[in-house]
Amino acid sequence: MKTAPRVSTGAGVALSPQDQRELLKEAQALLAPAARRRFLRHGVTLGGLVMLTGCSVTDSDEAEHLLMKVSRFNDAVQGWLFDPNKLAPTYPASMITRPFPFNAYYSEAEAPEVDGNGFFLQVSGLVAQRDIWSLEQLAALPQEEQITRHICVEGWSAIGRWGGVPFAAFLDRIGADRSARYVGFRCADDYYTSIDMATARHRQTLLTLRYDGETLPRKYGFPMKLRMPTKLGYKNPKHIVELFVTNDYPGGYWEDQGYNWFGGS
Amino acid sequence: MSMVAAPSNDDVSRAEDPPRVVQPAWVRVTHWLNVLAVLVLVTSGWRIYNASPIFAFKFPKEITLGGWLGGALLWHFAAMWLLAVNGLVYLVLNIAGGRLRRRFWPLSLRQIAGDLAAALRGRLAHDDLRQYNAVQKAAYLGAIALLVLVVLSGLAVWKSVQLPLLRELMGGFDNARVVHFIAMAGLVLFTLVHVVMVAVVPRSLLLMIRGR
Repeated sequence: MKTAPRVSTGAGVALSPQDQRELLKEAQALLAPAARRRFLRHGVTLGGLVMLTGCSVTDSDEAEHLLMKVSRFNDAVQGWLFDPNKLAPTYPASMITRPFPFNAYYSEAEAPEVDGNGFFLQVSGLVAQRDIWSLEQLAALPQEEQITRHICVEGWSAIGRWGGVPFAAFLDRIGADRSARYVGFRCADDYYTSIDMATARHRQTLLTLRYDGETLPRKYGFPMKLRMPTKLGYKNPKHIVELFVTNDYPGGYWEDQGYNWFGGS
Repeated sequence: MSMVAAPSNDDVSRAEDPPRVVQPAWVRVTHWLNVLAVLVLVTSGWRIYNASPIFAFKFPKEITLGGWLGGALLWHFAAMWLLAVNGLVYLVLNIAGGRLRRRFWPLSLRQIAGDLAAALRGRLAHDDLRQYNAVQKAAYLGAIALLVLVVLSGLAVWKSVQLPLLRELMGGFDNARVVHFIAMAGLVLFTLVHVVMVAVVPRSLLLMIRGR
């Protein structure tokens, strides 16, 4: 995955998440339309030539528009297919992939440093009240562990062990509106994504604080990562600093560039 | 007392000759839609494969579709609908209409071996395009089987958690990718041979466009 322009916030900079969002939005709007990354990259390929003569049908706006519509349709199909009672396979500790791969749209050295001391998870949206949670408060909640397969959209997979708060229980604790459509996440590396409420409440969806028995390390998403073995890797956000419940489609870092939003396995 | 020999199939067909449609419209339409679907799925599939190769090679970018992984996935998950719906229509019409049995049955290993030997010697006649020889029957049935396999294995890769039975049938998530690749390779091989054969008997291409 390529490196994206970063709006650096870092620890200690006094930009509220709201301000960060606004700043990012302004920056994106300033980017010339031509510079905006197209969903369908330009490149006349054999596939494109064979498709139709001359005009680059496969790179056209119309093609892109149609393909995105189908992707939205696929979201609906996946939502229909999703069975809240189906569990992803779990594995013995002996099968854990060691080392567990690092993966992001930047190098490992660039992974964000978040200071756990004085860190607070921001919670907002369709919940009982705007709130903040420290890592200690989250660790005090009942915890669960899982050893499941992380599947990347690229096709590779790795088995890892995560521990944390069952997300359905956490949603109940914060008084989240069960009928809301989305839970959105903002991350310290400017990554963002959102998931459907059904998956959010799935038994294996975990707000994880630990990896393989240790505190979640920086490279795997400190301070917390949402682990969902029912969704592909890019849907499992790391370095979460804020989450919110909403009915307004929040999108996602890769999803806004053309990757499928539901991203379910 | 009639001394006329009982008419053979060939005699009867010649008597009724023009202009009977050999390939009905639905066969031709589903055929070409399938060509389009398979083309998009294979070339976009190659780009997806390249993102995390199973074997020690990558497909040259120039023959892949989509430009990048995101684009390839968009194409792949759109064309799959065309393949599935079109394929279903083809199978239903073929089976319900009796054409599958008429065209592909009877078939025996001996017939296939015989026709294959004749083909390799350059002796396999192709005068009457209305009949499939045994090698054709085997090849086309094989292609249908490979398409079913590529779809099932694709589903196992896509929905390994929601379709656990299928996943296990494919030998697990990692293995499903391999099965998917092998089925694709089989289809590409079939297509290569098929296109060469059509080039050797160009009338057959006309047949698939005009119907006769």
